Amino acid sequence: MFAAVFCLTLLGGALGLLLAVAAQRLKVNDDPLAAEIEALLPGSQCGQCGYPGCGAGAIAIAAGEAPVTLCPPGGRALAQRLASTLGIELDLSQVADGAPMVAVAREDICTGCTRCRKICPTDAILGAPRQLHAIIRDACTGCGRCVEVCPTESLALHPVAVTLETWYWPRPQLPI
Amino acid sequence: MRIVHVRGGVRLNGRKRRAERGRITSLPIPAYLNVPLKQHIGAPAEPVVRVGEHVLKGQLLGRPPGPMSAPVHAPTSGRVIAIGAAPAPHPSGLDTPTITVQSDGEEQWIELAPPIDPLALDAAAIEERIADAGVVGLGGAAFPAAVKLRLRTRHPIHTLIVNGAECEPYLTCDDRLMQERAEEIIDGVRIMLRALEQDRSGPSIRALIAIENNKGDALAALKKAASAHPGIATIAVPTRYPMGSEKHLIRAVTGKEVPARALAPEIGVLVHNVGTAFAIHRALRFGKPLISRIVTLSGGAVASPQNFEVLIGTPVSALLRAAGGLRQPPARLLMGGPMMGAMLPHAEVPIVKGTSGILALTSAEIAARPAAPCIRCGTCVAVCPCGLVPVEMVSQIRGGRLEGALRFGLLDCVGCGTCAYSCPSRIPLLQYLNFAKGELTARERTKHKAEEARRLAERRRLRLAQQAEARAATATARPRQQHRHPEGSEATGAPDRTTNPQVAA
Repeated sequence: MFAAVFCLTLLGGALGLLLAVAAQRLKVNDDPLAAEIEALLPGSQCGQCGYPGCGAGAIAIAAGEAPVTLCPPGGRALAQRLASTLGIELDLSQVADGAPMVAVAREDICTGCTRCRKICPTDAILGAPRQLHAIIRDACTGCGRCVEVCPTESLALHPVAVTLETWYWPRPQLPI
Repeated sequence: MRIVHVRGGVRLNGRKRRAERGRITSLPIPAYLNVPLKQHIGAPAEPVVRVGEHVLKGQLLGRPPGPMSAPVHAPTSGRVIAIGAAPAPHPSGLDTPTITVQSDGEEQWIELAPPIDPLALDAAAIEERIADAGVVGLGGAAFPAAVKLRLRTRHPIHTLIVNGAECEPYLTCDDRLMQERAEEIIDGVRIMLRALEQDRSGPSIRALIAIENNKGDALAALKKAASAHPGIATIAVPTRYPMGSEKHLIRAVTGKEVPARALAPEIGVLVHNVGTAFAIHRALRFGKPLISRIVTLSGGAVASPQNFEVLIGTPVSALLRAAGGLRQPPARLLMGGPMMGAMLPHAEVPIVKGTSGILALTSAEIAARPAAPCIRCGTCVAVCPCGLVPVEMVSQIRGGRLEGALRFGLLDCVGCGTCAYSCPSRIPLLQYLNFAKGELTARERTKHKAEEARRLAERRRLRLAQQAEARAATATARPRQQHRHPEGSEATGAPDRTTNPQVAA
């Protein structure tokens, strides 16, 4: 019996020492998870999540302070990818997928002040001083920063219209 | 020739009797025609006419913006009264860009190109004429026919299958076409063969016209018409849904299986519908664009089911009226067959190039029953012609695990609906599968957009950094000036204006 106890103690001690050395030698300083999450986030630094930019948001998610559903422009698809990265079970049907939005300018009250053009994180606004501004719909992430700076309330967010190309059959509603 | 057994599938009650007797009749010209700019797979055509303009029959209305598209033509002479959104023949009931032509009843053709012998043309010229005539696959998918023929340059083709299977119940448009216009179909096939055989050494391409064995008259008519041409043969295939599916027809006729997510030409086979062959004949022999097609009008609610030659853009309501109206209000209006057709929101949608039939079904025909729990009987697995496991895919989708459904081969599903048709519990399996495919595509789109947004944000960050650097450089070069007029330059926004390339441009 003593032989067995001795062997196991020796084995445990040796392996524990190995782990302690490995923890010291192979230490990672940056949180690799935060970097991985940041790579998934849209990167438009829009601040809708409540954190100053995608990097801060990613750190908060990695630390478990923020839910994976924090990013409105990313929507359900991003929440799902984040959940699979973190190994979290996520019922996507419970995620309130705010319909994707796009900024629309009212042409009659746009003064061409260029404030929105300067602030747009994805350069989705086309315009020059005292010229009517236009929004490149495909580049707009619907972050709403332009709406905040518009002095004439010419800009507003509208839900992206469903077209024949984007429509698909809804999920069947069955009680079972 | 030996027919290879295809797994799965189901024998359906054809219900073709009511519409298959009468000859194809032409419809009176409707008061107005709605011609959608996108009736095909690919980019929508761009309008080349203006509102108020008078157009002649066969005149170009919309030009394709790129190679993967098709033009649309005026179905009759008249005036363009609107270019804008109109309801699409689609279950969503959404609008689609449409050109509305008010007919003048004159039926005045534009000047057609002088007739030439298409069999003397080279392949590129044949394909160009097919593309210019706006010919798309008339079996239902509406893939541009010329694009499909051009695949010969990428993959060596050894067999051309002409699809006359028409496996959907009710539909008899291909059947009537084959019976009444067999010579013209054979001519279209010869033109396609001519295009495919161009600059090709080795054995010549064989053409097989595959027809389900429940269409004896059509088979006989085509056999007779093809007898003069040794390269063209007819072949009877078993009546079993979904025999008309491209992949399954290839398997039955050649014994070859199209690999998962590959195109048929990759194994040397090209499949065209008989209606497409007829449209190619018309386009090449007479220079006439595709402005009409044969449409089966059938279903229990229809007073006198029949096949009509209908101008593209004719409202479904006009077709119903001209055919003697309905016996009773339909419980469901369908475009296409009952298995894969699209539910129509109402009858004010146009007939398009891909419309094979309009079905007005009664509630007895639909026989809708509420779904019951799955009893795991495995019927859907046994009947799936693609060898998939619908029960497992759907249970994954129900649990919100779409990736799980992907692992079970969701993308190999052709959406034939055999599983949902056979399910004893009436579970809407096909709708689950279609929902999952749509949801996955939508997620893919969102992901792509997020990646693009990140790229744009990164570009902007770099640009702003460069501008700041340039400003700093200017400031160090002229420290005094900068010191003297700091407010002035700030107020007018001068630094921004001089250094921002967007504004300067």
